[in-house]
Amino acid sequence: MVRNTLKALAVIGGLLAASALPAAAAGPYVPIPDTRFSFDGIFGAFDRASAQRGFQVYKETCAACHGMRLLSYRHLRELGFTEQQVAAIASQFQVVDGPNDEGQMFERPARASDRFRSPFPNRQAARAANNGAYPVDLSIITKARAGGADYIYALLTGYQDPPPGVEMMEGMHYNRYFPGHMIAMARPLMPDQVTFADGTPATVENMARDVTTFLAWAAEPELEQRRAMGVKVILFLTVLAGLVYAVKRRIWADVH
Amino acid sequence: MADSGEATASGTPRRDFLNLVTAAFAAVGVGAVAWPFIASLEPARDVLALATLDVDLEPIAEGQAITVMWRGKPVFVRHRTAADIAAARAVTLAQLPDPQPDQARVQRDQWLVVIGVCTHLGCVPLGQRPTDAKGEFNGWFCPCHGSHYDTSGRIRRGPAPRNLEVPQYAFTSDTRIRIG
Amino acid sequence: MAIGLHDSDFKNPVVRWIDQRMPVFTLMQKEYGSFPTPRNFNYFWNFGALAMVNLMIMIATGVFLAMHYTPHTAYAFDSVDRIMRDVNFGWLIRYVHMNGAHMFFIVVFIHIWRGMYYGSYKAPRELLWILGVIIFLLMMATAFMGYVLPWGQMSFWGATVITNLFSAFPIVGDWIVSLLWGGFSVDNPTLNRFFALHYLLPFLIVGVVFLHVVALHITGSNNPLGVEPKGPKDTLPFHPYYTAKDSFGLVIYFIVFAALVFFAPNILGHAENNIPADPLVTPPHIVPEWYFLAFYAILRAVPDKLGGVLLMFGAIAVLFVLPWLDRSPVRSMRFRPMARIAFLLWTVSFFVLTYCGAMPADEPYVTISRFATAYYFAYFLVILPLLGRLEKPLPLPESISRAVLGGGGGPLPAGAAAKPMEKA
Repeated sequence: MVRNTLKALAVIGGLLAASALPAAAAGPYVPIPDTRFSFDGIFGAFDRASAQRGFQVYKETCAACHGMRLLSYRHLRELGFTEQQVAAIASQFQVVDGPNDEGQMFERPARASDRFRSPFPNRQAARAANNGAYPVDLSIITKARAGGADYIYALLTGYQDPPPGVEMMEGMHYNRYFPGHMIAMARPLMPDQVTFADGTPATVENMARDVTTFLAWAAEPELEQRRAMGVKVILFLTVLAGLVYAVKRRIWADVH
Repeated sequence: MADSGEATASGTPRRDFLNLVTAAFAAVGVGAVAWPFIASLEPARDVLALATLDVDLEPIAEGQAITVMWRGKPVFVRHRTAADIAAARAVTLAQLPDPQPDQARVQRDQWLVVIGVCTHLGCVPLGQRPTDAKGEFNGWFCPCHGSHYDTSGRIRRGPAPRNLEVPQYAFTSDTRIRIG
Repeated sequence: MAIGLHDSDFKNPVVRWIDQRMPVFTLMQKEYGSFPTPRNFNYFWNFGALAMVNLMIMIATGVFLAMHYTPHTAYAFDSVDRIMRDVNFGWLIRYVHMNGAHMFFIVVFIHIWRGMYYGSYKAPRELLWILGVIIFLLMMATAFMGYVLPWGQMSFWGATVITNLFSAFPIVGDWIVSLLWGGFSVDNPTLNRFFALHYLLPFLIVGVVFLHVVALHITGSNNPLGVEPKGPKDTLPFHPYYTAKDSFGLVIYFIVFAALVFFAPNILGHAENNIPADPLVTPPHIVPEWYFLAFYAILRAVPDKLGGVLLMFGAIAVLFVLPWLDRSPVRSMRFRPMARIAFLLWTVSFFVLTYCGAMPADEPYVTISRFATAYYFAYFLVILPLLGRLEKPLPLPESISRAVLGGGGGPLPAGAAAKPMEKA
């Protein structure tokens, strides 16, 4: 009787879990398409070449408005850049340091140990430069949005003309996947706006995929190590479960 | 019929083997769980990354010394005079509690870079300011227990066992060094 | 035996020396070695031990997280990100702590469900049950404050909504809220005191858990039949039988825990909490963590603010008096066909309330919540008291050993049915 009850509860619980997703914001909700990324699935990994191209897209396009203040240049070593390459990348940016012995703040080229340079000194300056809209920090953006990497990719490729009858507010742009469909950010990716050193064509889809891969790595740099450890842990525990169960059955043999 | 409660450690060899293997697996599991906690106490990656410091030597006049903070500790950078260097070189090594030639402690003769932490029990020795006591050997003097260091930062007299530590540093130009 | 020394049975000289002066080993042998435990436990009886292990894991991971966390509004969010990115294995310790909270509530909900189905709250275990409800309350307070610490959007706004509730109380309401806040809104003083209390409360929980186990060891455990053990044939020594069975349950629990931590660490949380707290921007849907959703639904089911607060706290308060509401002399719902159906409906209503708590406060969810809330309280206040008198239970087995070994056992002789809860 209890077993049947448990089965019923499991079914109910499963149904509830499947449907208890965060409710959509106002406006007809368009389901986010499932995009295949190199890091999907239990054994997925970040395509290093794609992530490096994605960093280039970020640096040349997004970094004009969006900071990633939780990352440091030294973290880029994990994407396969050498120490010299990271030092070279960092030194392209000027960061504020100080106070010096005269009590003044000064600018100097960034080092590997510095955080990514933010385009604006504070949120108010960011809003002021963008018509009151704050360009969100992208350090953990794929974790901060329902749908994760799929959503970010859909957003970047989801710009289109507004359907007939929809009036756009001033300064807003139509996006198929943004909740409410009106987004303050203009279409950020145009074909060929970036030149990839490895010759990959800079289509909007490629750039969107590469920058999404980069952002997904930035949000969860431990992902590959986490999954690899998980496989080992669960295999170990499964074997241990078998052993402990055998011991338990043996101890209980005279009782059953 | 039910067991009286004693551990089933004794019994047939197959029983023991199963118990042993299970216990061994469990022990490995416990050890594996302990490791991340211990490792998390080791310096984090951002702490390890802040391990270098650039120092500009130009403002330091001959005979002057400055103190900079590096990895949380004071570092003495002294612009030695010719007299300082000669005094350091004139010492016979056998006299030294911690024998080390002066040449082995400097990359350029006039610049001495040492960590300003007494090797006895960790006080910061005096001698950086012109008004400070420099001890009998014109280097540094530790007021805590009376250790005297010479113009090469070597221990000459007192309870300290070793010379002031020379950190890893390199000249990035004639007037700049990078410590660490 | 020398005067002042305990008469120890242990042979090992070091163990014996300690035991003579502080008989911890004798105590462990008595309470966890030979302790007579009903032989017919099912796996539902693992969950108390699982909860204790979970508590230990939360304290261990919590202490190590506290070594790197900064409880200041300007640094909290960044310090958590630093743990994830730069502290060695910081991501692992954080995810274990975060998902450990989820596992703790899953385990404790099942543990409570077991108590309700098998009548473990009935005499003589009323105090054991009450201590358990106190532990549950402390857990909820701890989890609520812990969720504020990362200082994300949900942390801040969840704290704002829940602390604002207390202003519903007449006369002292606003004063209580200002004590919670330490200011005029949820801000740095709030975060700081929540951190101090979040660190403290788990140790209070350990204390109450200790009392909970003491109370259990006085009365002995209940069992799936609800019939008290009558002699040694009905019990087994806790070690090795239940140490082995609990160990197996523990490994399965670790597998579930590991699957969450390593492969879906964020699935039970809210994406919104990875956005730094912004007092000027309210998220479109402020949702508490799943384990609070049912109580949140009850809160929102009542149109009146004070009424909602009282009913929400009432939903827990009613648990305290359950032993006196349910007067049936039969413990286990295995033998109470009508109560069993009522209880399963109650379980469904709890799931329904949980679902509604996640939905926006519109129709049809408000109406559904009201029906589910009505049933939730009716179960305790109306159905159980009535069934206690009106229900005809199934015949109880004579004893555990008769039921387990003797092929089901026959019905009790007529006279014995009147008092089926004899202590052995």
